[in-house]
Order: sequence, then C-alpha cells, then structure tokens
Amino acid sequence: MIEEKAHISEELEPILMQVSDPEIPVLSIIDLGVVRSAEIHNGIVEVKITPTYSGCPAMDVIGDDIKSALLEAGYEAKVDLVLSPAWSTDWITEAGRKALEDYGIAAPLEASADKKALLGETQVVKCTHCGSKNTQMVSQFGSTACKALFKCNDCQEPFDYFKCLI
Amino acid sequence: MNNDSLIKYILGIADNSLILGQRLGELTGHGPTLEVDIAMTNISLDLFGQVRSYFQYAAQLSEEDKTEDDFAFLRTEREYVNVLLVEQPNRDFAYTIARQFLFDHFHFLLLNELQNSKDETLVAIAKKSLKEASYHRRFSSDWIKRLGDGTEESNRKIQLAINDLWRFTEELFHKTKADIEAIKEGVGVDTDKLKEKYLANVAEVLEEATLQKPVLEFFQEGGKKGIHSEHMGYLLSDMQYMQRTYPGMKW
Repeated sequence: MIEEKAHISEELEPILMQVSDPEIPVLSIIDLGVVRSAEIHNGIVEVKITPTYSGCPAMDVIGDDIKSALLEAGYEAKVDLVLSPAWSTDWITEAGRKALEDYGIAAPLEASADKKALLGETQVVKCTHCGSKNTQMVSQFGSTACKALFKCNDCQEPFDYFKCLI
Repeated sequence: MNNDSLIKYILGIADNSLILGQRLGELTGHGPTLEVDIAMTNISLDLFGQVRSYFQYAAQLSEEDKTEDDFAFLRTEREYVNVLLVEQPNRDFAYTIARQFLFDHFHFLLLNELQNSKDETLVAIAKKSLKEASYHRRFSSDWIKRLGDGTEESNRKIQLAINDLWRFTEELFHKTKADIEAIKEGVGVDTDKLKEKYLANVAEVLEEATLQKPVLEFFQEGGKKGIHSEHMGYLLSDMQYMQRTYPGMKW
C-alpha cells in the first residue's frame, strides 16, 4: 500500500473541490485522489496531479479546469503531471466512494476481493441499482479505462464498477 | 550513459506500445462484439498513455528541440524500432488476440524488471504501466483459453494464429547496441533473464487452453533494427497522415 499523503494547502482545497472529473461529474478531483499537491510558491499556485490510468484522456481537461478554477479565484496556476507514486484506488476518499455509488458506479473493493470479482470467482460487487450481490462481470474493460462492466442477475440492469488499482 | 543512447533505449520500449496501440486502434468500432471492441480500444489507450510518458521523457533528453509528437509521427519507417510482432495486421480476432497474448506476457515481465532500473523516470513509468499491463495480460490470456478450449473452429483458428505468429517471439528478447549499453549501466532490462519465465508462462496458458506450443527452428527478426515487414508502411501512412499533411498541427 502506498502511504504517500497529498499536500494541499488549506486555502486552495475549497477551490479544487469544485473541479470534477469530466467523466464522473459528481466526483471532485480531491476525492478521486488525483491531486497530489497544491501549494503557493512566489504567488503562483503549483498543482501536481497524477493520472488514474496512463492514457486517461481526462487528465488534459482536468489540468485546464484546475487552471481556470484557480484563475477565477484570483490565482495564477501551473499544473504538472507526475507519475510517481502511481495512483491507487486506495486514494479515493470515503466521500468519493459515496459519490461514486450515488452516481451509479460501484466503488472499488479491496484488492483480494477485486481479483476474485474480476476473475468471476465470487459475487462480491453490489448492484448500484438494487443492491443485490447476485452480479456478474460482462467485461473487464468498461466505458472508460478505470471501469469494468457488470450486470445484475436480479434486476438485469448493467452498471459500471470502478476497478481496483493498487 | 549518454542521452542519445538512453533515447534509443527508451524508443526500443516505447515503439512496441505505439505500434500495437495503433493496430488496436484500428478496431475502434470494428470489434467482434461491443465489449471486446471497448476492451481492445481501452488497451490501446493505455498503451498510448504509456507511450506519451516515454516520448515526453525522450523529448526532454533530446538536445534538439523535439516534442513527443516528433517521435510519434515524424520519423521514417527505418527509424522505428518496434518488434515485428506488434506491426502484424489484425487479420481476424484469433490473430489479434494471439498477437496481444504473445506481447502482453513479454510486456508484463519487462515492466516488472524495469521497476529496478537506475533511471528514476523509467521506474515511475514502469510502476504505472505495470498495473495496466497486468489487466491486459489477464484479458488476452482469458481469451486464449476461451478460444482454445471453445469450439472446434475457434480452437483451429487460434492455434493457426499462434503457430503463425510464433516466429516473431524470439525477437522480443534480442538486444540492440543501445539495449546492451543500458543493461551495462543498470538502466535497462536484460531480456535474456526474462525468456525462460516468458516461455513457461505462455506454455502454461496454452496448455490450459488445450493448445500446442509451436516448435520452430527459424525465427524472423528485423524490426528492432528498423527493418520492418511490408505491413509497416501502410500502418505509418495511416498514423502519420495528419502530421504530414498539416505539419505541426495541434488538437
């Protein structure tokens, strides 16, 4: 497990809380855990963000959104992409997990359960529509790089599951 | 090691992901089922993401004023150093999966070792990419089992694809001058050390899939030296079209 804590200055946090992942509009980038640091140096805000998946096309948009949100609040900002330490689903906060579930995306399970779920060994992913655990994976790859596609055997509805990445 | 050699070493890893990503991208909207279509293009996206990290690093090391796009789009065929395996056409689903399977198992082992490199940036990229590569490997291995242990026809087709592509596997472990230099400096991965594990891992999946591991005496090589198969030119003309037609264009 990676214990690296994010360093976000208190006065910047409320502004960054307003910026969301364009693919998951209910989820703030702070709760998603992609903001690694945000600090003011010589009057310029330096923000470091890390991608969930290498090819995540949302990163460019998130970078621009951060700059414009900060600009609106009167800060000039510089955004850098950092790869290390690599993002982990453990960095999604409790509030973030709740936002995901409310939005209809099942939040990542812990690593061992995730593996079993993706290998189809056990039914542990809860349907976001009816709450049943009688679910099955349709595809390891879902509508975005970070999600797998599931379906519920009880209510028959499809739903996304946020893949565990540690 | 000097920057030029390091760039060459980086391109040796990055070009495989770039060209395979391009091949998989061709399936956008053409996958056999919607789920598979999405999966293949997701893998393509992961590979492109990794490539961007490598190329951005190479551009930073370059003394000329280069960008990641120069490396991706503005080299000539002979300057790409990907292995022949990844440029092979999609043909049918069996070929596409067999190519992916043979590459994923190598890619996973390579990234796993690259985590021990003395170069911090390469370590960061490897750590990030490894997580993705393990998903890819699981996906392609599952399909090998499903097709091999499926119907008579799926078994026949996937065996044919494995047999046909097997001749490109040896090249994965070949070393260029830049590779040898990088290994000596503790930056690069000694692929000799991966080979046994690779063959064992691949054999294990093939066995479970009720498929035969091909036995070959002759292997084909060339890509790592820039000598590509006839398929490469077509791939590049497609991939480079926009940058060649509108030089310096940006999204």
